Amino acid sequence: MRDHASPKPRSTLRRHLMQGLVALPLIGLSAIGQAAPPATAVVNTTKLAVTDTEVTVGQLHSATGTMAISETGSIQAEQLAIDQINAMGGVLGRKIKVIKEDGASDWPTFAEKSKKLLINDRVAAVFGCWTSASRKAVLPIFEKENGMLYYPTFYEGLEQSKNVIYTGQEATQQILWGLDWVAKEKKAKTYFLVGSDYIWPRTSMKIARKHIESVAKLGKVVGEEYYPLGHTNFNSLINKIKVAKPDVIFIAVVGGSNVSFYKQLKAAGVTAAKQTLLTISVTEDEVLGIGGENMAGFYASMKYFQSLDNANNKAFVQAFKAKYGAKAVIGDVTQAAYLGPWLWKAAVEKAGSFDVDKVAAASVGIEFKGAPEGYVKVHPNHHLWSKTRIGQAQADGQFKVVAESPELIEPNPFPKGYQ
Amino acid sequence: MAFADMLNIGMMQGFAGLSLFAVLLLMGLGLAIIFGQMGVINMAHGEFMTLGAYTIFLFSTLAESFFPQFTQSYFLVAIVAAFFVAFLAGWCVEWALIRHLYKRPLDTLLATWGVSLGMQQCFRSFIGPKEVSPTLPDWLMGSWSPHEGLDIPINGLFVMALTLVVTGGVLLALYKSRWGLRVRATVANRPMANAIGINTKKTDRMTYAIGCGIAGVAGAAFTTIGSTGPTSGSLYIVDAFLVVTFGGAASLLGTVASAFGIAQMQSISEFFMTGSMAKVLTLMTIVVILMMRPQGLFASKIRH
Repeated sequence: MRDHASPKPRSTLRRHLMQGLVALPLIGLSAIGQAAPPATAVVNTTKLAVTDTEVTVGQLHSATGTMAISETGSIQAEQLAIDQINAMGGVLGRKIKVIKEDGASDWPTFAEKSKKLLINDRVAAVFGCWTSASRKAVLPIFEKENGMLYYPTFYEGLEQSKNVIYTGQEATQQILWGLDWVAKEKKAKTYFLVGSDYIWPRTSMKIARKHIESVAKLGKVVGEEYYPLGHTNFNSLINKIKVAKPDVIFIAVVGGSNVSFYKQLKAAGVTAAKQTLLTISVTEDEVLGIGGENMAGFYASMKYFQSLDNANNKAFVQAFKAKYGAKAVIGDVTQAAYLGPWLWKAAVEKAGSFDVDKVAAASVGIEFKGAPEGYVKVHPNHHLWSKTRIGQAQADGQFKVVAESPELIEPNPFPKGYQ
Repeated sequence: MAFADMLNIGMMQGFAGLSLFAVLLLMGLGLAIIFGQMGVINMAHGEFMTLGAYTIFLFSTLAESFFPQFTQSYFLVAIVAAFFVAFLAGWCVEWALIRHLYKRPLDTLLATWGVSLGMQQCFRSFIGPKEVSPTLPDWLMGSWSPHEGLDIPINGLFVMALTLVVTGGVLLALYKSRWGLRVRATVANRPMANAIGINTKKTDRMTYAIGCGIAGVAGAAFTTIGSTGPTSGSLYIVDAFLVVTFGGAASLLGTVASAFGIAQMQSISEFFMTGSMAKVLTLMTIVVILMMRPQGLFASKIRH
């Protein structure tokens, strides 16, 4: 078989040369009408899947398994952004083609599929991952094969890679301003921290505790509790909170546990009228399951809420609903996922190339004025400058934005004094 | 802290233990019948619970969109429907699959696990990957507050009442009805039961279906506590097996005692230590007790 296969590369090469020759006059012609897209040989020196008319990118999320609940929004938002970019003419004159892979909520599968996308498909960029565990699983592969990953979720920080653009907030961006706000606005002195038991809540709560007790000296932490993922019985915890009587409950509980937690809080008589609660883990997506009436009045600290009042966001929400139905809701991560393709497009156009090294270098300083969350900018550490907002949950499942950081907050994935 | 406050917290904590007991018992009951009486390791038990929960969601959606006058009352009807939906599904599974595998108990483990994966994917494809919560009637929400500082969750009370009814019903059916007699005869000695004219095949199918139906009711009750997603069942299955194994597989009384023991242990230790540590302590205690008493708390006195 090897002998038979060997002439093949030469023949495709010849075909490419022929196509190139045939295309030459066409390029000359079109140059009169409009600027021609730059030649493939120029914009792609690293054998990526880029042709004269098309560029291939990958999408790697969990469409099945337990994480499908959360990742579906990201898949939809990325697809919407890619459709919109294609409708505008694509990137460097090339339409974006997407190869969708399913990580199936299983971290080794994520690693496997990222190898497939980078080595077999030679995709120019990948939009994907959601949990930190899946990102950690693919990171070594992206670094070894020199791929480009756009990661949408707010996460614990303590990471920075040339091959990743983090479009969600890292922990300090999301947490610190929110805590300062609640301390000032609600005169809070005592805090009770609750999280699911894995890396993101634990790192977030460590940062929160440092901020409350030593850096900003907001007051005292009177309790810190973690529960296994999927835990559904919080009655004992709620009694503990009642004993501690904190001014603020600060929450990073994720997934299905959220629903039980808020339902039981309400059933135990802990409502917004009596208790201030600030969460960093409930977006509009989660409220769908929790039920707006169980969340009403509680606060969330995020960079994006669907109800944000600006022209970009209105257009985004309208386009999203037109594509995915009037009942669709958009949470923080969904919006961050939407930024990925746009930031990549801007970086590719700035670099004038699809080559990963050039795109990574060009990414720094990229500004995106059309972001639904408002203006964002890529920091040299590959995270985004962004504002943080406080939303108050409403009975209809939406959040009312009650406060907004005055300036963009600098991303700081390795915060000094918080380790 | 004032003494009155301590008393309130103590009472609420006691109630928390009782309501966890009700939840665990409801989870374990259907399994105790299928695993305990028939010896079928039913890995799809959690999915039958999910099926019941989705039935509630279906009724709640229907009531909201077509019959708004029933939004306060649909819940009780929906629970009965949840039983019958899961009952029917169980009947079909037994007919199609389980009855061919009674002589190969380990294969039922694989087969029912396959059923569970298949059902999960069906939920995902036909209902959707997102978790859903039915809109509960107002009378199920909130708390009953006899005096300031004491809040008893109404959904907890409801689950306790339901557990009482279901447990009572199962005990009655098993010890006072013809079906119960046939089940006990079949469990005690299958060839002899056959010989005296009991249709053991029919009894098996009925037993399996009833076990699944009870799982459906359990799932229905859990919609008042948590949300429902395609993989919710896998969260329940471990606890369900824990309760049944710890109690002694063939003993319903054992299931009740073990649910009570585990619930109290879990809920009290959660109050005094962190949630994850409480879980570790509970599981350790169960493991140690099972090492000393492999047959569980209440051993059956049946010859096999």
